[in-house]
Amino acid sequence: MTDFFQLFFSGLATGSIYALAALGFTLLWQAAGTINFAQGEFVMLPAFMMLGFMAMGAPLLVAFLLACLVSVVVLGWAFKKSIVDPLLRFGMMPIVVATIGLSIAMRNGVRAGFSAEAHPFPSLFGDALFKVAGVTVTAADIGTLVFALLIVVGTQAFLAKTVTGRAMQAVAQNTESASVLGINVPRMIFYTFAINAVLACAAALLVTPTYLAKFDMGESLGTKAFFAAIIGGFNNSRGALLGGLIVGVSENLAAAYISPAYKDAVALVIFMVVILFKPQGLLGKKEERKV
Amino acid sequence: MKKNHIILLAIAAALLLVLPQYLKNYGVYLLTYWLIFVLATMGLNLTVGYAGQKSLGHAAFFGIGAYTVAILLKAGVSWWIGMPLAALLCFVVGLILGFPALRVQTIYLAFATLGFNTAVWLVMRNEEWLTGGTFGINNVARPGLMGLSLDANRPYYYFVLGVTVVMALLLLGLLRSPWGKAFTALRDNPIRAESLGINIRAYTLLAFAIGAAYAGVAGALFASLVQFIEPAPFAVAASIMMYLMVVMGGPGYFFGPVLGAAMGVVVPEWMRDVPGVSEWYLPMFGAAVVVLMVWLPDGLLSLPDRIRAKRASREASAARSAAAAAAKGVKA
Repeated sequence: MTDFFQLFFSGLATGSIYALAALGFTLLWQAAGTINFAQGEFVMLPAFMMLGFMAMGAPLLVAFLLACLVSVVVLGWAFKKSIVDPLLRFGMMPIVVATIGLSIAMRNGVRAGFSAEAHPFPSLFGDALFKVAGVTVTAADIGTLVFALLIVVGTQAFLAKTVTGRAMQAVAQNTESASVLGINVPRMIFYTFAINAVLACAAALLVTPTYLAKFDMGESLGTKAFFAAIIGGFNNSRGALLGGLIVGVSENLAAAYISPAYKDAVALVIFMVVILFKPQGLLGKKEERKV
Repeated sequence: MKKNHIILLAIAAALLLVLPQYLKNYGVYLLTYWLIFVLATMGLNLTVGYAGQKSLGHAAFFGIGAYTVAILLKAGVSWWIGMPLAALLCFVVGLILGFPALRVQTIYLAFATLGFNTAVWLVMRNEEWLTGGTFGINNVARPGLMGLSLDANRPYYYFVLGVTVVMALLLLGLLRSPWGKAFTALRDNPIRAESLGINIRAYTLLAFAIGAAYAGVAGALFASLVQFIEPAPFAVAASIMMYLMVVMGGPGYFFGPVLGAAMGVVVPEWMRDVPGVSEWYLPMFGAAVVVLMVWLPDGLLSLPDRIRAKRASREASAARSAAAAAAKGVKA
């Protein structure tokens, strides 16, 4: 039974990282109708940025802040301006295809231009072990879970409690009425892209110590973030958290109790069950078909 | 069909027939490789381009076709029985995969099919008793044709060319029939198609199943071409690549896959051993996809249509301003 709790807990930690990436996913979808297929690479790139800043002598936290700044400009502003803005009027699929292209370019660009090796990455929380009621937990797992939950809850609070956050939600719900009410729609959409970039940086900070910085680290992360977002409910940002935790925990448990070789199929199976029986996700609202 | 189209087709046919005589062994191999991907993406073009079902699982069918033939050949079954069985198996699995498409669309469907691909790939990698796992299956034989041996690359090329042309003509026939029109109706507006009496359930499933069968035939040819199969060429990345081939060539354009497959597999394969170029091919390919989407979201083959539409609108506006000027002249 202690095994179970141990697996459950480290699953929660992994799941909270999936939730960070998934939250960015749902925010982009709500505010700008954008599906970002390169979400995994949006996590991979900041990991390498942080490594670069640290190689220049910056401590981890400073490197993280600098990476956030660069990401907001590159993965937020430039991404929105050069790819999303021109393509949005053609509907969802051209953006999907363009971000697929972007992910291929980023992944292989890092491989060709920087390195194909896996690079070690320092952990923010050290590697101490704790024993709580017979269950061994690592400081990294606790730190990751707390840090990720704080960011997710902080983002929720920002969206629900501040004027800017509420304006962003208004834009997500109905762009036209929002602009009639005097909300600066393009700016709110930019904020969403900026938040997505910061969330990706935070995910990179937390996930890279275990995944290692490698050009293809984003591949499975992006897919799982998407599965998590759908499982929780794509049009509800609380859904991303729930979905992420479900995927993380069930993956860990399945790897231990069913078969490690089929671990990657777990998120997929839950996803299939959810979209077949409740396509709007566990917490999502139903969207009607339009002619 | 217009006159210059016929001339273009005649030139292409002549090239395809004559070119292998002047190419080295590897060149012939590469051309065969390209034809096989043209055949596979032709099926995907039906699913994605004509019927509008966003499928990111096509490489799974390609793999099912390849493994079916390879496993049956090992068991002593003739290629000529294995190939139709591969196509049939893909057709049936395609029908089953079509069911999620009845419930969800666009990006949900894309990820559902992508997940299906992951599942198939995991089976190929983990079930060693059946697929040989990561060691794959060696020495896949090539078929013979009415007593002729196709073991050399050149005869095999002509065989693949023949199969591709026959399959292309079949697809063309299908697309020109009322069935084909129903597929495009499904893509353009499913609800309207339904209210016009088209059975969208049946057509959605068929779009997947027929596309999958094409991939199955292509997979069977692929296994015999490379003669060694392992899970890697059938992973999710390969499906995404096939999707990009269709989209770059021009989804819903019959010859789109011809162009798309050339960019997606032939050029990178060709440049594989060029140092300094090979590792930058994929980043450049990815960037090209982004640029193409921003400038020409309907694919390369939409360029003539785009130019024609532009010219028409320019002429129309010229005619309008001329008419306006004439009207002004009358008033004055």
